Amino acid sequence: MIQVAVVSGKGGTGKTMLTASCAALIHGNKVLIDADVDAANLALLLDPEDLTTEEFFGMDVAVINQDKCNNCGYCEGTCVFNAIQIKGDYPSVISYRCEGCGTCLLVCPEDAIKMKPGISGTIHTAKTRDGPLVYGSLTPGSGNSGLLVHCLRQKAGKMYPDASLILIDGPPGIGCPLISTITGVQIAIIVTEPSRSALHDLMRLITTCRSLKTGMCLVVNRYDLCPDITSEIIKRAGMENVPVIGRIPYDPMVVTSIRKGIPVVYNEGKASEAIHEMVENLISELKIYGTTNR
Amino acid sequence: MQIVIASGKGGTGKTTVASNLAFVLSGKYDVTLADCDVEEPNLGIFFPCNPEVQTVQVEVPEVLIDRCVLCGTCGDFCRFGALAVLKERVLFFQNLCHSCEGCFRICPSDALQKKLVRVGEILTCRLSDSLVLVTGRLDEGDIRTTTIIRSVRKKVSPDPVVIIDSPPGTACPFIETVDETNLCVLVTEPTPFGLHDLSVAVNVLRVLRIRCLVVINRSDGNDELIEQYCTENELPVLMCIPFDFKLLNAQNTGKLISREDKEWYLRFSELGEKIMKYAREDL
Repeated sequence: MIQVAVVSGKGGTGKTMLTASCAALIHGNKVLIDADVDAANLALLLDPEDLTTEEFFGMDVAVINQDKCNNCGYCEGTCVFNAIQIKGDYPSVISYRCEGCGTCLLVCPEDAIKMKPGISGTIHTAKTRDGPLVYGSLTPGSGNSGLLVHCLRQKAGKMYPDASLILIDGPPGIGCPLISTITGVQIAIIVTEPSRSALHDLMRLITTCRSLKTGMCLVVNRYDLCPDITSEIIKRAGMENVPVIGRIPYDPMVVTSIRKGIPVVYNEGKASEAIHEMVENLISELKIYGTTNR
Repeated sequence: MQIVIASGKGGTGKTTVASNLAFVLSGKYDVTLADCDVEEPNLGIFFPCNPEVQTVQVEVPEVLIDRCVLCGTCGDFCRFGALAVLKERVLFFQNLCHSCEGCFRICPSDALQKKLVRVGEILTCRLSDSLVLVTGRLDEGDIRTTTIIRSVRKKVSPDPVVIIDSPPGTACPFIETVDETNLCVLVTEPTPFGLHDLSVAVNVLRVLRIRCLVVINRSDGNDELIEQYCTENELPVLMCIPFDFKLLNAQNTGKLISREDKEWYLRFSELGEKIMKYAREDL
């Protein structure tokens, strides 16, 4: 089995549009995961039919039993996350700040604090025309996105152990959810665009992928909007030994397709054409890792 | 007052709005522009300068081998799995540690000492008499996003007018950025993706009791999707930024459109005044 993640550093460069297009064009036994759990949009392009929904429990949250509490205030002074505040007569836990460390339990002289599981979100599995999809959503105000990504990947592995390809739509950034997404993945498809911001973010992402020993290949989206920066990106990718597998031109058909809720490759046009070509290149790249039966 | 520019979805134009807004408002107010998108901070690209650099460090445990009796108490306590006590030694996984300080308290042999480790930096630049840029930057490979955001917010908290560029998403980094601020401006785009992520962000801001305003970016005139949602949810739409190649080009090449173009200066000034009016109402 091979695992591929579509990532970008900078947000809004076209990860989801590209993931959905790859899902449509790569045949075989595959599973899709939407790991951009704070902004899970992949389902919007796949017309999914939900199969299962289960609760996702993140870290435990501290709960204070006010009948036992003597209002000494030790817990408030101990919490480094400022998650405990004295409100009225008693301390109370601001659950969205609580990281679940349990340090307040250690200092409470009355044994008035317990850790309890807090529902942090849901994990869904769905059937789509381009393969099964595993996606999640966080309860508003809840953190734990890195942990949820880990659980989504675990769920996909358990439900579809025979899949030959796991294709993951990744989160932006280079922090916890991104690291949780690319850990153990063979190849990251990095989607960038010709802007100073995207180039800066790309270089930080390459450093992060390298530190985790994740293989990389690059796609430049809307490459024709700023040819100078596109040349610079391609030069920098060459210096970093990251192969460029696609250049997608700006095409209003992309937004039109998103509005219709379908991957752009189901329409004709110059972006669609370039993505077809990119997927051919991707499949050759993947063969190096020994997989995908078309 | 602290005003956050956020979006839910990445790449909708947070940085475009934050940078131009801070620039035009600095013509009238003392403004601090804070980059809390610490995983991918981009404001520095639009305001090149020689910053003063301050290291951000956190406290993590270091095992004193001669005192440790390998009892396993710290490993059992640590809910993040950052400490594992083996037969002959204790393993510490720095990337799992949250610096809660619990292990120091629970060790019965006083065998853990505090060690400072670097997780990122804060860059500060005075750009003009009335504009300061403070950028948080997480080290590559590290996961202490919220620690850096907390440090940036602490640094700018005494300043009179603070414009904060938020990270994308709606989880921990976003919450750390908007918590206890006065107002949040959500930048969205007129697509189903933009709408979905806008609605997630609005739901989080309701839990946090923070008022939100909306700016529509890359409008091609077909904004009904967003407008309808905003009407239903009583969210004021303050500005509609058209899809414009001139703006796109300035943004891509690292230029500030309101510095280059009088018309855009006026448009962002108008937005700035509207936002200041809402912010004052809220105080």
